[in-house]
Amino acid sequence: MKKMFAPLLVIVAAMFAAAPIMIAQAPFESTMGLIQKIFYYHVPSWMAMYSAIVVCGVASAIYLFKGRADVDCYAVSAAELAVLFGLMGLVTGPLWGRKAWGVWWQWDARLTSALLLELIFVAYLMVRKFGGPGSEKLAAATALFGTATAPFVYKSVDIWRTVHPKTSVVPLLASSMPGAGRPFALSSIAFILLFVVLLTLRVKLARQQNTLDNLYLAQEDR
Amino acid sequence: MHADFDSVRLVEVSRHFGRRRALSKVSLTVGAGDIVGLLGPNGAGKSTLIGLLATLVAPTAGAVRFGDRTAHAMGPALRQAIGLLAHELHLYPELSARQNLTFFAELYGLDPAATVDAALARAGLAERGDDEVNGFSRGMRQRLALERALLHDPRLVLFDEPFTGLDDRAVGLVSDRLRQLASAGAIVVLATHDLDLADGLVTRVALVRDGRLIADEPASSGLRARYRSAMGSA
Amino acid sequence: MFLRTALLVLRKDFAIEMKSLEVLLTTLFFAVSCVLVFAFAFVKDGRAPEDAAAGILWIAIAFAGTLALGRTFERERYSETLRALLLAPAPRAALYVGKLLGMLALLGVAEGLLVPLVAFLFQASAWFSRPLLLLAVLAGGTVGFAAVGTLFAAMLVRARSRDVLLPILLYPITIPVIIGGVRGTAALLASPADEVTATMWIGILFAFDVVFVTLSLWTFEPLMTE
Repeated sequence: MKKMFAPLLVIVAAMFAAAPIMIAQAPFESTMGLIQKIFYYHVPSWMAMYSAIVVCGVASAIYLFKGRADVDCYAVSAAELAVLFGLMGLVTGPLWGRKAWGVWWQWDARLTSALLLELIFVAYLMVRKFGGPGSEKLAAATALFGTATAPFVYKSVDIWRTVHPKTSVVPLLASSMPGAGRPFALSSIAFILLFVVLLTLRVKLARQQNTLDNLYLAQEDR
Repeated sequence: MHADFDSVRLVEVSRHFGRRRALSKVSLTVGAGDIVGLLGPNGAGKSTLIGLLATLVAPTAGAVRFGDRTAHAMGPALRQAIGLLAHELHLYPELSARQNLTFFAELYGLDPAATVDAALARAGLAERGDDEVNGFSRGMRQRLALERALLHDPRLVLFDEPFTGLDDRAVGLVSDRLRQLASAGAIVVLATHDLDLADGLVTRVALVRDGRLIADEPASSGLRARYRSAMGSA
Repeated sequence: MFLRTALLVLRKDFAIEMKSLEVLLTTLFFAVSCVLVFAFAFVKDGRAPEDAAAGILWIAIAFAGTLALGRTFERERYSETLRALLLAPAPRAALYVGKLLGMLALLGVAEGLLVPLVAFLFQASAWFSRPLLLLAVLAGGTVGFAAVGTLFAAMLVRARSRDVLLPILLYPITIPVIIGGVRGTAALLASPADEVTATMWIGILFAFDVVFVTLSLWTFEPLMTE
């Protein structure tokens, strides 16, 4: 993993450099025009966020039942990244909505679900910060329950919205725009790789903090 | 008495919270008939050790063995053999003395009719049995809490600062009770920072400071001097 | 042993509560105040917006439930009786079940008062034409909310800032319960009552309950061990 890091970083940087060019060259969508292109950042942000949520949920479950502190590093790192990528999605979504449909927020199923998940993982970070000693376990429970509730949140918000149908927010762009496939794939892969890169960096930092704590403890042993 | 185990071993047990060390590589064995005094200043880790022995706290390293099995291997039945009395007393103030004892008796699978009245009598609260605990003085609560902790005849008896706020007579009663338990085969572990009370009561001394066990030896005369020299030099 | 322990805990909590009825009465009164606050917020020209009754009912249940959860576990903090309970020779998850049953009983009584009150104030008597479905929605939602709430309240007992952390954690995670409860009860207010929708929500709530009671039973012991 360590050896792959530098090349991975270069690849991600290259992808992000190439992406705007590919996106600019992609065809325009008929009704929305330029603003639709935010989709190339918006949807991959969600993909990264959901990946982060799954990593956090699984790591939290392992930490809760097995108590391994190095796994906890993954949990906290993934939670921070979930909040980060979620924020990106929650900013790009309304921007898109405002320009495309004239309304900042329409309570559409995906954005609303994402907002709730964002709140859950912000709560995770708050528990870690304000919960006092032993807060890692409490946060792990939050993440585990939060990940478990994600499908229920999505389903119930979805049904809640479709009772009063409004314009579908994410049209079937892939089928209506043949030229969008390649830039979309590039963006998606770029975001996922960015998530992996950031996760690796953050986990490394967390591990170093743990090592430092252990050194302090070992120091007292002497 | 449960013949589940004759001794409890702490094997290289550590417990830390982030950068804060509570215990560091403590190895200690306590056996039936011992009255072990866990002595040390406040914050030394005595309460954490008691928590570990009570299976309320898990170690971050090392193991706690009851007989030769871990708590996990023994399951919930292990707790039938553990009795804890900490500073907070664990009594429901809204309930009467009798109701408190009855609840805990049933929780431990005992027949309340057979045990509660006797426990109330031993606590000297036979006439106050139906009064609510929040009307009791500290000494009365302490006596009731003592009986509650020992109701199910535990093998491992853990006391964390049990003498706080007791008058001389009560201290004498508690000390006598501990001696009785030990001679009947219980393993008694007593954490306190009150050296005078420990002196003459404990059969073994485990000195704890900054999370480390700095001495583990049979009790001898001159406990206070021994304590001072150990704490001063370490 | 498991069920016995759970029932002993329930009986003990019941005995304590019966002495003063403190938690029950204050929770009920708080719930009623909640309903009134929302009434004044939403009623215009003597009428509430459509389906407001359903929303107001569930918000009152959620807020009152959160308070009750905090107060019930505060009782176990005093004198550290929670430690004594954790030392019982039964699986620790039995304590969770005992506390959950107590919470369900409390919320059940609260709903017994709130549902008629809300129906009375907001012309929602249509609820009583389908009592079984109404009960199923209420039960499904209340179990889900109480299951997660009891676990979180228990795990936060020793935490700092526990009073505010409980709602921060509980509400986002139990949003599916709120949505299901509100839409389910609202469906019963339609004329004629929309039984299909209500039944669908009951199904979702039931699935939520199964998942989260199971998850809580699994995680209770690791969370309560320091």
